[in-house]
Amino acid sequence: MSADQRQDIPLTVAGRVFSSRLLVGTGKYRDFDETAAAVEASGTELVTVAVRRTNLGQNPDEPNLLDALPTSRYTILPNTAGCYTAKDAVRTCKLARELLDGHNLVKLEVLGDDGTLYPNVVETLKAAETLVNDGFDVMVYTSDDPIVAKELERIGCCAVMPLGSLIGSGHGLLNPATLEIILEHAEVPILVDAGIGTPSDAALAMEMGCAGVLINSAIANARQPVRMAHAMKLAVEAGREAYLAERMPRRASASPSSPFAGRINA
Amino acid sequence: MHIQLNGDQRELASPLTISELIDQLALTGRRIAVEVNEEIVPRSQHAETRLSPGDRVEIVHAIGGG
Repeated sequence: MSADQRQDIPLTVAGRVFSSRLLVGTGKYRDFDETAAAVEASGTELVTVAVRRTNLGQNPDEPNLLDALPTSRYTILPNTAGCYTAKDAVRTCKLARELLDGHNLVKLEVLGDDGTLYPNVVETLKAAETLVNDGFDVMVYTSDDPIVAKELERIGCCAVMPLGSLIGSGHGLLNPATLEIILEHAEVPILVDAGIGTPSDAALAMEMGCAGVLINSAIANARQPVRMAHAMKLAVEAGREAYLAERMPRRASASPSSPFAGRINA
Repeated sequence: MHIQLNGDQRELASPLTISELIDQLALTGRRIAVEVNEEIVPRSQHAETRLSPGDRVEIVHAIGGG
């Protein structure tokens, strides 16, 4: 192996090492059995959860998501989905840390409005700074703005997660050119969070050099979620392998794969 | 006394600690986190933290999300 070939090193986020580069969200599944089966088929080790008010006065035997996703097997990544201000996002992270016995890895997202779920970058930057100063390891959902990505890195976020397209839209990577700029300058893992619709989207992100992808809707909203979870696993692995292998150059003209020499009509 | 619990007004028959409130709600032993007036109350302090009139209490848990 020559020295300038790309070497595989496992995904490392704030000192935590993961052998899978696929992060899976746990929303929108039919039930916890389907969640657990899809999560297993995806091969992920890092799963997101949301933090919400407990329904009071309900069946005390109601199943708990954290029982379906044992922390011995999965690293839980609580998110701040549904937060529109830095203040609410910080409160949610603190609740998550208490809920998970001091676990300090969080996925920060501060949204701008409920129509686009586009990140509110101003509030995201504020929340990131507060959380980093409070000892959280912050993986941050943001727009695909290279300047903002760099600023979040400077603040101390342990991973920057630009959107490929709007959350839950399944439009894939709408702006690979800006993603490429972000990747070129990044010193922390860059993961595509949001917008992946199908395995080829995930493979493209990985081929470009993303450290990972976070997928929820594309798995949960597939007709067969468990099968799609497996498809995403293969796509992420294939994309990563292709990134390491480095693709052939594009050419303007054809180049035959079979030699010209020895043709019977020569 | 009145408190606000997960956004709703609630009348408590007598002053309670957080542990007692959790017990009344049949949530003892569940994976939850508690915040009072926007400050986390760590599990280790539930038994000794007494609620006051007007307290805003949030009790949360983990659900599916992306």
